[in-house]
Amino acid sequence: MSHEKAQKTQNEVPTGNASKSSITDEELAEAMRSEREELEETWARPSGVWGWFTDTDHKAIAKRYIVTAFVFFLLGGIEAALMRIQLAFPESHFLNPDRYNQIFTTHGTTMMFLFAVPIMTAFGIYFVPLMVGARDVAFPRMNVYGYFVYLIGGLLLYAGFFLNTGPDAGWFAYVPLSGPAYSPGKRVDIWAQMITFTEISALVGAVIVIGTAFKMRAPGMSINRIPLFVWAQIVTAFMIIFAMPAVMLASSFLASDRLIDTHFFNPAEGGDAILYQHLFWFFGHPEVYIIFIPALGFISPIIITFARRKIFGYVPLVLSLISTGFIGFGLWVHHMFATPIPQMGESFFTAASMMIAIPSGVQIFCWIATLWGSKLNIKTPLLFVLGFFAIFVLGGLTGVMLASVPLNLQIHDTFFVVAHLHYVLIGGSVFPLFGAFYYWFPKWTGRMLSERAGHLNFWLMFIGFTLVFFPMHQLGLNGMPRRVYTYLPETGWGTLNLIASIGAFVLAAGVLVFIVNAVWALRAGVVAGDNPWGADSLEWSIPSPPPNYNFHNIPVVQGRYPIWQATADAPIVRGLNTKKRETLVTSVMDAQPELRFDIPGPSIWPLMVALATAVTFIAGIFTPWAFLVGAILAGITLTCWFFADPNYENKSARETGEKSEKVAPRVELQPKEV
Amino acid sequence: MLEEVTVSKKISHAAALRRNEKPAGAASLRRCVGILLCVLCFSACKREQRQFTTPPATFKSYDVTMSDIRPGVGGLPMPVQNPADQRAFDANQGKFLYSQYNCSGCHFNGGGGIGPPLMDEKWIYGDRPENIYSTIVEGRPNGMPSFRHKIPDSQVQQLVAYVRSMSGQLRKDVAPTRNDSMNARRSEQRTERKTPQQTTEPPQ
Amino acid sequence: MIETTRTIPRFILTLVVALCVSSCGGIQNAINPAGPNAENISRLWWLMFIVCSIVFVLVMIAVLLSLRQRTTEAADRVPLLQPSEESERRRRNVVISLTTITVIVLFVFLIASYSSGRSLRLNDPTKNGLTIELTGHQWWWEVRYMDVDASNIFTTANEIHIPVGVPVMFSLRGADVIHSFWVPNLAGKKDLIPGKISTIWIQADKPGVYRGQCAEYCGLQHAKMALWVVAEPQEQFNAWRQNQTQEAVAAASDTQKRGQQVFFSSTCVMCHAINGTPAGSNIGPNLTHIGSRHMLGAATLVNTRDHLAQWIKDSQTFKPGNRMPQNNLSDADLQALVEYLQSLQ
Repeated sequence: MSHEKAQKTQNEVPTGNASKSSITDEELAEAMRSEREELEETWARPSGVWGWFTDTDHKAIAKRYIVTAFVFFLLGGIEAALMRIQLAFPESHFLNPDRYNQIFTTHGTTMMFLFAVPIMTAFGIYFVPLMVGARDVAFPRMNVYGYFVYLIGGLLLYAGFFLNTGPDAGWFAYVPLSGPAYSPGKRVDIWAQMITFTEISALVGAVIVIGTAFKMRAPGMSINRIPLFVWAQIVTAFMIIFAMPAVMLASSFLASDRLIDTHFFNPAEGGDAILYQHLFWFFGHPEVYIIFIPALGFISPIIITFARRKIFGYVPLVLSLISTGFIGFGLWVHHMFATPIPQMGESFFTAASMMIAIPSGVQIFCWIATLWGSKLNIKTPLLFVLGFFAIFVLGGLTGVMLASVPLNLQIHDTFFVVAHLHYVLIGGSVFPLFGAFYYWFPKWTGRMLSERAGHLNFWLMFIGFTLVFFPMHQLGLNGMPRRVYTYLPETGWGTLNLIASIGAFVLAAGVLVFIVNAVWALRAGVVAGDNPWGADSLEWSIPSPPPNYNFHNIPVVQGRYPIWQATADAPIVRGLNTKKRETLVTSVMDAQPELRFDIPGPSIWPLMVALATAVTFIAGIFTPWAFLVGAILAGITLTCWFFADPNYENKSARETGEKSEKVAPRVELQPKEV
Repeated sequence: MLEEVTVSKKISHAAALRRNEKPAGAASLRRCVGILLCVLCFSACKREQRQFTTPPATFKSYDVTMSDIRPGVGGLPMPVQNPADQRAFDANQGKFLYSQYNCSGCHFNGGGGIGPPLMDEKWIYGDRPENIYSTIVEGRPNGMPSFRHKIPDSQVQQLVAYVRSMSGQLRKDVAPTRNDSMNARRSEQRTERKTPQQTTEPPQ
Repeated sequence: MIETTRTIPRFILTLVVALCVSSCGGIQNAINPAGPNAENISRLWWLMFIVCSIVFVLVMIAVLLSLRQRTTEAADRVPLLQPSEESERRRRNVVISLTTITVIVLFVFLIASYSSGRSLRLNDPTKNGLTIELTGHQWWWEVRYMDVDASNIFTTANEIHIPVGVPVMFSLRGADVIHSFWVPNLAGKKDLIPGKISTIWIQADKPGVYRGQCAEYCGLQHAKMALWVVAEPQEQFNAWRQNQTQEAVAAASDTQKRGQQVFFSSTCVMCHAINGTPAGSNIGPNLTHIGSRHMLGAATLVNTRDHLAQWIKDSQTFKPGNRMPQNNLSDADLQALVEYLQSLQ
């Protein structure tokens, strides 16, 4: 194939100056088709049970993350429903206090560690390569490892929960309550080790996002053209890398206090109970931004698409994301205002906690400015974004109230905080998440979700959510503390609690409608084309669902809104190998092509290393020797991984006998035909 | 979508995967995991049990023997199981009660002083749970008070479990770990199991 | 309390009133202040609440206004909008102004918060005559009134009396896990952390009973670890305090004597102290003046004969997991014991 014509989409047979080219249109179409066949064979996913364990396709892994995280969301929701049933009436005997304590702890732990962070990671793993124009993520095998570690950690927690060994010290497990003296048994040990699992998985996801987003962008996607979704994922990834080690330290010190008699948190022997709080919240505050910032990345594309215009204030939005991520590390003591810390500390953290409202405010203003004046078709994704505005802004405002120390001292550790945190997390993350489900479901599956069910879904969730959590503001001001399994009738909290419990079931009904909608749409939804929403970013330029190799020809991006700003003769990248897995690595700032990068294929070793990790940490609940044995196992399996053939599944690659070209001649960009 | 007129098996399978049908292997795997979880659900985990409603205290004495020899033939009486020996919560409570009821006033942190040590392998009145129970409830000569009617059965059981843990007789995952005070010795969880021996030596 | 009706839109006001109706006022309520600390915080609350409500309403109006133009055309068929330079410039100016206003509002909040915080600080502890050491146990409050004269020091549990109009300093310790002392009508909360001593000062300006509750999750019965703060005029407080320093009332009638015997011969004496008798254990609450306390079980039950009998027989029904075991006493013994305990005024 000596001539290539420029193409607007992958599938269109190019028209143009046929008379000037040396091959006919039919020959060109045939050549394209046979290339695609070769690509399909090269990038084919392995089958069967073995295939499920070895598959490295980032889209498959991301879908697994999403399904697993959604299952955990439902489990966490069931726990919440049980709590609301117990709290609907004073002195209810539905749950005894031990069971209730396990349930609220597992609810918090599930939602924060097993649902929110992994699902945001999943969106990043699925869409960052597609949005930047890459064929795969930077480290596909490590991606597999991350998923299995996450899955095993989640199963560990729930195995404990069903065996009456669920953690019962709260999702942040303050010492000394969670320490060896006051939490006997293995409940908190399971919690502590599960933390380590899920943090490894998050760190893996973060590294992959950073690698992909910085080094594998399509040519022309310079740093000021990166989509806002990808910016949000980048900021989140950096936050994960800086925040997760703190919680791993906290949980490891706790596990070590419990297992081998260390005294990190034992005041009588020189330790400090507040040290735990500092270590935990240094992670804990960025954690909520890790959950929230990707959701901001969902909102921008949805608004851009439905407002039919470029986003207003791209640069302020990017800077807001970055500054939120940055300032988010300076707030953690606002969780500890009731402890005996010096006043200077309190003042600083009040100021920082209020300051973080500024970038959030800028973002809200920019989004409203984008929507203003556009003709809007309020489809479900946009509806959820509007729901985000209503709920998150209220949550953010109660957050500013909580930032003030005197007021915090009244409402800290009450239902006011429960209301605030659910407003910002559900309003700020779950509503955009559902909007993202509706928006990108056609891309994942090739089918549209039902709009009528979508609207029903939204309104049930919105009304249910308001019924559950708005009264909690009042309850907190009325003196109801958090984490109480019951309350006395004389307190007068019964009415508002009953309203909240009723609302919980309305909210649950909304989620149920979503599940029914998704199951129905998978079989009978309207077939979606490549770009049902008329959106601007690169994932919409390939078929729905995308082929395994994502892009037949990696495009050259000509603006921030690649599809909208692509000209008729937009160049494409040619020359990437179709007989082995290869993608283009480009420079960080300007996305100039640098080299052709071999993408490793399926392998069993990531699973093996994940199992070695699992053995280490699960046995580590019972004996410290597990770490020695586990380190040896991990060393062996890692060595096998590193020495494994990167492309052993790819028979045609091996048959050709080609060696990978680490530093290839520069791939020629093909200009338009003259 | 794509033209796939002539398709090989591999490509059609790849296409099927793209259309979001999971390979058969994944479905059966999910079923196995589901069944395993159901099995786990119904098994109990004794270590984590916490009992708040206990049978009323009886302060009874057990049938205890302190000698291994007996006339004629006939088996030994069934050894009594101390339910608190299996539960981490109870062993931990025993640790609190040990200092709250001032057992440490004579036995200190297990090393003994006014009373005999409890963390060693020597037992004057027997090391079985029923022996220790009797010791606490009935008292013993030379200074061990009787706590009959003063410490309810459930708490005596917890103390028995704790006393046995001091010489490492409890399972490692049930025995208490360190407490939040100054630690005079290794925690019970990290104490090596000692083989109990009968002794008639009076306490030092 | 809600005075600024001219600034709050009516529907929000109605909503707020509707929500408040159920429990504005009340003895465990942060926005029903009865002392200077809570009053201070309550003012800050109303300022922030009003401003934040206005901001919220304005943002919602802006969002709704941006939805003015709607279409039912499929998304991918609606043509792309190419906004003019001028309209982009206008947008930019609006966004910049709104951001500036946001910064200003946040500064106002910051200053209000600082000034409120300063007046909550204790300036000179020695000015206050009354110091109370509060120790949080799982799941009850040990209250120790301090004094320079050691014979005036006494220990009680779960019920605190303070004189009206006098600042009282609390020195807070955690005996086992972290608890938090919170009496919303009087002040914000402060954590009781093992290994540390924290302080808070509280003043009640109105006589009355205020209910406080532990506000840091502390285990199984965190939900029922509450306490009463009784604010009374100085004379009444002095009388109460005088009584508390006395030893226990001697058993008078035969039933009371029998009750005292029951107390000494069963499990009670292992954990509870009655000053003036051989019972001196400090594992559980001090019972020297149990008869005069309003509540039982850390403000779980009202202190009546029946409740006391039920509590002694089986406190696990009311507060499962609490440290008090069940007691298998005969009815006669139980009645005698209750008679005796109720006599300990």
